[in-house]
Amino acid sequence: MRNIFLFIRRYFNFLLFLFLQILCLYFIVSYSKFHEAAFGNTANQFTGKINKRYNNIQYYFNLKKTNDSLVLANERLYNQLRTDLNISDSISTTQIDSLLIDSLVNSSQFIFRGAKVVANSVSTPNNFVVLDGGALKGFHKGMGVISAEGGVVGIITETSKDFSVVMSLLHKDSRISGKILKTGETGTVTWDGVEPNVLYMNGISKSVKVAKGDSIISSGFSTTFPKGLLIGRVEAAYTVPNTNFIKIKIRTQSNFYNIQYGYTIDNKNAAAINELLNHVKKQMQ
Amino acid sequence: MPILFKSIFRFALFILFQVFVLDNIRLHQLATPYLYFLFILWLPFNMNRTLLMVVAFLLGFTLDSFRHHPGFHAAACVFIAYVRPFLINFLIPQEGADTNYEEPSIQSMGGVLPYMIYAGVLVFLHNIWLFLLEAWQFENAWYFFSKTFLTTAVCLVLILITELIFPRKQKFRTNTI
Repeated sequence: MRNIFLFIRRYFNFLLFLFLQILCLYFIVSYSKFHEAAFGNTANQFTGKINKRYNNIQYYFNLKKTNDSLVLANERLYNQLRTDLNISDSISTTQIDSLLIDSLVNSSQFIFRGAKVVANSVSTPNNFVVLDGGALKGFHKGMGVISAEGGVVGIITETSKDFSVVMSLLHKDSRISGKILKTGETGTVTWDGVEPNVLYMNGISKSVKVAKGDSIISSGFSTTFPKGLLIGRVEAAYTVPNTNFIKIKIRTQSNFYNIQYGYTIDNKNAAAINELLNHVKKQMQ
Repeated sequence: MPILFKSIFRFALFILFQVFVLDNIRLHQLATPYLYFLFILWLPFNMNRTLLMVVAFLLGFTLDSFRHHPGFHAAACVFIAYVRPFLINFLIPQEGADTNYEEPSIQSMGGVLPYMIYAGVLVFLHNIWLFLLEAWQFENAWYFFSKTFLTTAVCLVLILITELIFPRKQKFRTNTI
């Protein structure tokens, strides 16, 4: 017993060093669990407040770019307005009214809510975006976030009272399901941690023809994003050696260098779908 | 006590400068400007090693909370705090220089070269440990090493500039206490 104490006293610094390193490794590996339990609320609230102070000043210098992106977003939305569409002459065609539900009832499945971005990074291998607005505004974990350009930004990983942290697409653990608009093939979109605004899509068969400029959209297979949100556009495609797959290089639709506003997506059916999935999972066990 | 206040002030200043100024500078994906660890390099000579590591852990942890992924910088900071006393013993020019002066600086280390070796080794260790943890594997060794070396070079230039802008005049204390 005495020897153990002597040993600890003698090598106390080295043991402390080992202990702190292991603690750090534990944080790195299991950060999501840890965040929810102890870290999330206080630290998030604290850094969020400082970030917001800073952003109040810094925002002013980006007003021009922000305005431009909002004008572009408006332009896109104007082009989608019903009134601008030319309705074809319906006298010459027969149409069967197939509506079985009352279309007057508001039945939109997704609700978009705007939020100011207070902090954002692109330079590290694990980037996050912080939104001004948390649990009080109804944001919760697992919500998708898009930018004013209409491109996918990321998924909320934690919320505190007033702030929420979004795992950006530029995060090494970020995996979202993408789809090539033209051919309908789906694959996983990831980031390799090197160049901001450039993503890679894997799991596409060699036989698929892709061209530069093709749109990659969200597949709608998860409850996070509705189908058809633009992730980015194809820049190049490479064959992966010794496999039957190609790797597609994508330029993101959202400009991650300058995100001033984000829109969170609330899926009204998410709870119901997840409940069903859990039920099925339980049955499988 | 003044050392305590000075240290708290520096702590806040280095963190804020790192988060709001240097993190917004995008030189290149291979070269991230870091300066916050200068806080650890400037801590007093006679500081207890245990305390040194705990303070370094706190510094790294604070920076990590701004980046929302705890562990990376804390691990790197603890690592250089652990190595620091060995390096000082190795580099200190004459017997007792670490008791004559308060903290490591160009003056107390006996010239620009020893000080830059001191800073260079610690910065290099910090970067290699940080990028190793961030990458998790040697998938792309060439990228990893070029990133480490370029970032170290940028950090050393930043440290040199900081030393030139803020020269820390230190009183020569006699070791007859």
